[in-house]
Amino acid sequence: MDDFYRDYILDHYRHPRNFGHLDRVDVQAEDSNPLCGDRLRIELALDETGRVQDVRFWGQGCAISQASTSMLTERVKGLTLEEVARLSKDIVLENMGIGISPTRMKCALLGLRVLKSAAIGEIAEWPDES
Amino acid sequence: MALSAPSDVKLARLRADFPIFAQRTSRGKPLIYLDSAATSQKPRVVIDALADYYATSNANAHRGVYELAERSTEAFEAARENVARFIGAQPRELIWTRNATEAINLVANAWGRANLRRGDAILLTQIEHHSNLVPWQRIAQEVGAQLRFIPIDGMGEHVLDDLDALLDGVRMVALAHVSNTLGTIAPLETIVKRAHAHGALVLADGAQAAPHLAVNVAELGVDFYAISGHKMLAPTGIGALYGKRTLLEEMPPFLSGGDMIKSVSYEQTSYDDPPWKFEAGTSSIADAIAFGVAVDYLRAVDMSWVREHERRLVAYALARLDPLRSRGLVIYGPKNPDRISGVLSFNLGDIHAHDLASILDTDGICIRAGHHCTMPLMNLMGWSATARASFYLYNNEDDVDALYRSLERAAGIFKL
Repeated sequence: MDDFYRDYILDHYRHPRNFGHLDRVDVQAEDSNPLCGDRLRIELALDETGRVQDVRFWGQGCAISQASTSMLTERVKGLTLEEVARLSKDIVLENMGIGISPTRMKCALLGLRVLKSAAIGEIAEWPDES
Repeated sequence: MALSAPSDVKLARLRADFPIFAQRTSRGKPLIYLDSAATSQKPRVVIDALADYYATSNANAHRGVYELAERSTEAFEAARENVARFIGAQPRELIWTRNATEAINLVANAWGRANLRRGDAILLTQIEHHSNLVPWQRIAQEVGAQLRFIPIDGMGEHVLDDLDALLDGVRMVALAHVSNTLGTIAPLETIVKRAHAHGALVLADGAQAAPHLAVNVAELGVDFYAISGHKMLAPTGIGALYGKRTLLEEMPPFLSGGDMIKSVSYEQTSYDDPPWKFEAGTSSIADAIAFGVAVDYLRAVDMSWVREHERRLVAYALARLDPLRSRGLVIYGPKNPDRISGVLSFNLGDIHAHDLASILDTDGICIRAGHHCTMPLMNLMGWSATARASFYLYNNEDDVDALYRSLERAAGIFKL
């Protein structure tokens, strides 16, 4: 697990991309991880064709949840809400680039769950953790 | 700051009584267990007692007239007497529950519903575990009672300056004897004296105290005392509530059904005497008997030795970890080993407690990370999460040294 904390993970943890709030928010969602009390909010702004034009996230949490959300926000611009809703956990695992232990999987997937919740307008299921 | 030689021998011997420490982690590391505030490990005698009971004495207690049932009933009631004696209570003042949480729920529901009226007040503290907060929130909402809180200062200590004003109109004071998050030992004697002067009863949540301190409920003067077996070497699923005899006699039952009755007709029921009045259904007989074996073990080790051992271990840990302050280590709560039980809550720089726990896990070290079921306290203090190392009688200085080395490695990984 400790080779997990690679430089790019720490970089995203300490300097999260797309962190903060948008002036104009079209859809948004917020959730927390009851295990650790991590809180996360994601805001999306859409262009006239309904594609994600801009994204911000805000919250506090461990390096895994913060870095995975930061990296996720870098890959959502240009997607339609339907495409966002269909995202699988693979995009997160691919971003993180290393195996995540079962006990920390919820940390890694919290950002994706909140993002999908914003897209579908209700709290999404946890992405398949297996 | 080494323990004296006789203690080292005693420690090595009792450590060998815990089979779990014989294993290696999947990475080949020795197991370093620093999460006894969550649950303790079990000595061989307790594990054997469970299997032994099922192999030789299993029958339902209080029911059969045959020899096997008599043996089971006798062992079950002997365990009650033993655990009661361990905390300075009479056997008929000790009710078996699943855990301290159920014991507190029993009082909140049975006593609370019979005695609390609209406008009455319940006094808690800001340091409570959810188990001694949520049941009171529910009964307060149900009857229209009011919740008040004894403040906790930034060091994690109780502030008693306004205690008399807070006690005005209070019927029940419920507080943790020892904090699971910071280890703070509550000034119970003072609070009991002043609460009783105001006509309030006192329930102490002893889940984190009875495993670590010599507890005598009669000397403490508390009206109710809740304990969990699994935090004091016994199996999970067994706990106990102490209640003063007169209070238990007046209280209506909590759960109802079999084994808690004198006679039942289709229309009505007369209840058994305490403590059986509060034990509906078949109890965790094997676990209760194993709880008795666990307190035998603790008595043989000697609770004053346990307290002194943990006090020294905390003092050693505070000194050993001190150099890590330059890497961002912050330890919360009272730093005085005389004022706390074997619990240290901390954070290391900007490493989230969960990341820290994951890194320590790769070194075979088990610590707790998160809000420790004290979310209101965490919010009050402005901590989103902390890491917590908690010690028990089987921990030693090597465990603290391993904790130090692993924290240093974590600081390196995070470039602190």
